[in-house]
Amino acid sequence: MLDVQNYLILSAILFSIGTLGVLIRRNAIVIFMCIELMLNAVNLTFIAMSKYLGNIDGQIFVFFVMTVAAAEAAVGLALMISFYNNRESIEVEDLNVMKW
Amino acid sequence: MFELVWLIPLFPLIGFMINGLFGKKIKNEKVIGGLGALMVFGSFMVSCGILFQLLSRPAEERVFEKIIFTWIKSGNFKADIGFLIDPLSALMIMVVTGVGFLIHLYSIGYMHGEEGFYRYFAYLNLFTFSMLLLVLGNNLLLMFVGWEGVGLCSYLLIGYYFHKKSAGDAGKKAFVMNRVGDFGFLLGLFTLFWYLGSTHNVWTINFVELSKSAHLLPVGGVVTIITLCFFLGATGKSAQIPLYTWLPDAMEGPTPVSALIHAATMVTAGVYMIGRMNFIYIKAPETMFVVAVVGAATAIFAATIGTAQNDIKRVLAYSTVSQLGFMFLAMGVGAFTAGVFHLMTHAFFKACLFLGSGSVIHSMHHALHHAHSHDDPQDMRNMGGLRKAMPITFATFLVSTIAIAGIPGFSGFFSKDEILWQAFANPYHGSANIVLWATGAIAAGFTAFYMFRLVFMTFFGECRITAKAKDHLHESPAVITIPLIVLGILAVVGGYVGIPKVIGELFGHIPNYFEHYLEPVFKAGHEAAAAAAAASHGGGHHSAALEWGLMGTSVVIAVIGISFAYAMYIVSPGIPKRFTETFPALHRAVFNKWYIDELYDFLFVNPCKRFGNFLWKGFDVLIVDGIVNGVGAIVRGFSALLKNIQSGYVHNYAFSIALGVVVIVAFYLFR
Repeated sequence: MLDVQNYLILSAILFSIGTLGVLIRRNAIVIFMCIELMLNAVNLTFIAMSKYLGNIDGQIFVFFVMTVAAAEAAVGLALMISFYNNRESIEVEDLNVMKW
Repeated sequence: MFELVWLIPLFPLIGFMINGLFGKKIKNEKVIGGLGALMVFGSFMVSCGILFQLLSRPAEERVFEKIIFTWIKSGNFKADIGFLIDPLSALMIMVVTGVGFLIHLYSIGYMHGEEGFYRYFAYLNLFTFSMLLLVLGNNLLLMFVGWEGVGLCSYLLIGYYFHKKSAGDAGKKAFVMNRVGDFGFLLGLFTLFWYLGSTHNVWTINFVELSKSAHLLPVGGVVTIITLCFFLGATGKSAQIPLYTWLPDAMEGPTPVSALIHAATMVTAGVYMIGRMNFIYIKAPETMFVVAVVGAATAIFAATIGTAQNDIKRVLAYSTVSQLGFMFLAMGVGAFTAGVFHLMTHAFFKACLFLGSGSVIHSMHHALHHAHSHDDPQDMRNMGGLRKAMPITFATFLVSTIAIAGIPGFSGFFSKDEILWQAFANPYHGSANIVLWATGAIAAGFTAFYMFRLVFMTFFGECRITAKAKDHLHESPAVITIPLIVLGILAVVGGYVGIPKVIGELFGHIPNYFEHYLEPVFKAGHEAAAAAAAASHGGGHHSAALEWGLMGTSVVIAVIGISFAYAMYIVSPGIPKRFTETFPALHRAVFNKWYIDELYDFLFVNPCKRFGNFLWKGFDVLIVDGIVNGVGAIVRGFSALLKNIQSGYVHNYAFSIALGVVVIVAFYLFR
C-alpha cells in the first residue's frame, strides 16, 4: 500500500481544516461538523499507525473515539436548541454574556 | 526632717492625681480647692522644717543629698531621682511653697464658678510638683524634668480659657519659645557631660559632684559654649531678650496663674539655674558679660514698653520681664547672692501686685457685668478712684508698688540697690560697669514711673468706669484679701534679712544675714570675684562712701520717676495725651512693643509657616500621596489593559487554546 506518511499528512491536513473551521466559522452547527472532522482525522491517524505498527489497539481506540463523538454531538445539539430558544440565533458571536 | 524631703514634691503630685482623675466627679469647689491648697501647705510645712533643721547646723555642713533610687544607669551615664538640700534650694522651696500656698488659697475665691475648676487646681498642683522637682533635683536631668514640666503647665494654664483663640495662641507661643530655650539647655547639658567625661574622665551630671570637679574646667573655650547654651535655656524660661515675647501674651491665663507662674516661680527658674551652676559660670567671663548685658538691656527695654500699656496685666508682665533683667544683670556680674535676693523679694511684691490686679479685675468684671457693659475690665482707662471702693487691695498694692520702685525701708530697695551697687563695683567687666549700672539705674527710674502710673490711673483720680457700674464696685472676699495682706507684709519686711553691710553698720553691726546664709553655695563665686578683683586693679575694694552715693542716686532716680508719674496722672492728666500727640511715632513704637512680635513673625514664624505649607502641599500631597495613589493608578491601568482578554466570546477562548497547543508543540519540536 502507500507509505504511512501519506496517511499521516492527509490526517494532519484534515485536522488543520477542522481547527480552522472551529476558529473561523460562525454557525454553531458548522463548528460541530468541524469538530467531527477533527475527530475523524484523528481516527485516520490511529488506523494508519495501527497498520504500520501491526498493533490492533489503534483500531479498537477508533471505536471509542466514534462513540465519544456521537455522544458529544448529541449533547452539543441539545445545547444549541436551548441556546436558540433564548436568543433566536445560533451564531456563536451572540454568546457574549460573560464579557467583562 | 531631711529624710522626708521627698514628701515636698509628693504632696502636690497627689493633689494633681486626685483632682485630675476624680475632679470632675467631685462637684464641691471647696473640696477641690481645699485639697489643692492643703497639699501645697503640707509641702510648705515640710519645707519650714527643713529650713529650721538646716539653720541649726553650722554653715559648712549645710548640704544634704537624699537619693530615692537610681533612675538611669547606662554605661558611664548615671542619673538618679534624688533631692539636694542646701541653703539655695531650701530658700527656693520656701518661696515656691509659701507663695504657692497663698496663691492656691486666693484661687479658691478667684476661680469661683469657673467651669473647669478642678482642671485649674489639678494643673496648678502639677506645676507646683514640677517646680519643686526643678529646685530640689540633685542632678541636671531631674532639674530638666522639672524644667519641662513647668513649661508644660505654663502652656496648659495659659490656655486655660481654651475656647478663646487668643488664649490658645498664647499658650502655643509660650510653649514653642520655651522649647527653643530647652534646646539650649539640653545642648549645654550634653556638652558639659561629654566634655568632663572625655577630657577628664569625670562622668557626672550630679550637682555636688560637678561642683567638686569644677576646678578641672578651663576658663573660656568650651565652657563659654556650655554656659551660653544653658543661658539660652534661661532666656526662654525667664523671658529675656530674645525669647521674652511669650510673657506678655501669657496674661491670657487666669490672674493667679500669672502671679504664680509668671512672676514668682517659673520665670525664676532661669535665675535659679545660673545660681546652681555658679561654679561653672565663673569660669566663663565672656558668658557672664553676655548675661549681664542681656539682663540690663532687657530691663530697660521692657521698662520702656511698660510705660505705654493700658492693660493692667500687661504693665505687670513687662515689669516682670524688666525685673528678671535685673536678676540676670546681677548673675552676670557675679553677684549671685544679690540676684537670688531680688528673686525672693520680687516673688513677694510681684505676686502681691498680680493678685491685687486680679482683685481689681474681679471687682471691675463684677461691676461691668451688672451694668451690662462690654468694656474691658482690665483696661486702666476704665478704672480710677478705686481706693475708696477697695481699701485693702489698694493698701497692699501701694505697699508692693513702693517696694518695686525701690524706696528705702521696703524690700525691693535692699535687693535692687544691692544689684546696682554690684553692677557698678564688680571686678569682672572693667569699664563696662558704668554702662551696666547706668542702664540699670535708668530702668529703675522707668520702673518707678510706670508702676506709679499704674497706681495713679487705677486707684486715684476720678472713677472713669461707666456710671451704672460705679455702685457695684466693692472689696473682694477674705479668701482674696488675706493672701494680699500676707504678701504685702512680706513685701515690706522680706528685705530685712539682707540689709547691706554699710547700712547694717549704722544700726549696730547688723550683718547681712542673707549673704551669710547663701555663702556656702556661692563660695566659689566669691572666691573667683576676689581673685578677679586682685588681678584687675589691686584693690577693687570700693569705699563705703561710694556705696552711699550710689544708693542715694537710685533713691533720687526713683523719686524723679514717681514725681513724673504724679505730674502726668494726678496733677495734670492732659500731659500724656499731649505727649502722645507731640511724639506720635515714638508713642506708636513703644505702644506696639517696638514691633518685636512683627519682626519675629517676619524672620521666623512666616518662613516656618511657608516651609510647612510647602512640605504639606509640595511634598506630602504631591509626592507621598502621589506615590500611594500612583501605585493604585498603575494597577488600575494594567487591569484596564488586561480585562480585554475576558471578552466573553467563546471563539476567542478557543483560539487561545489552539494557539497554546501550537506553541507547546513547536517548543518541543524545535528544542
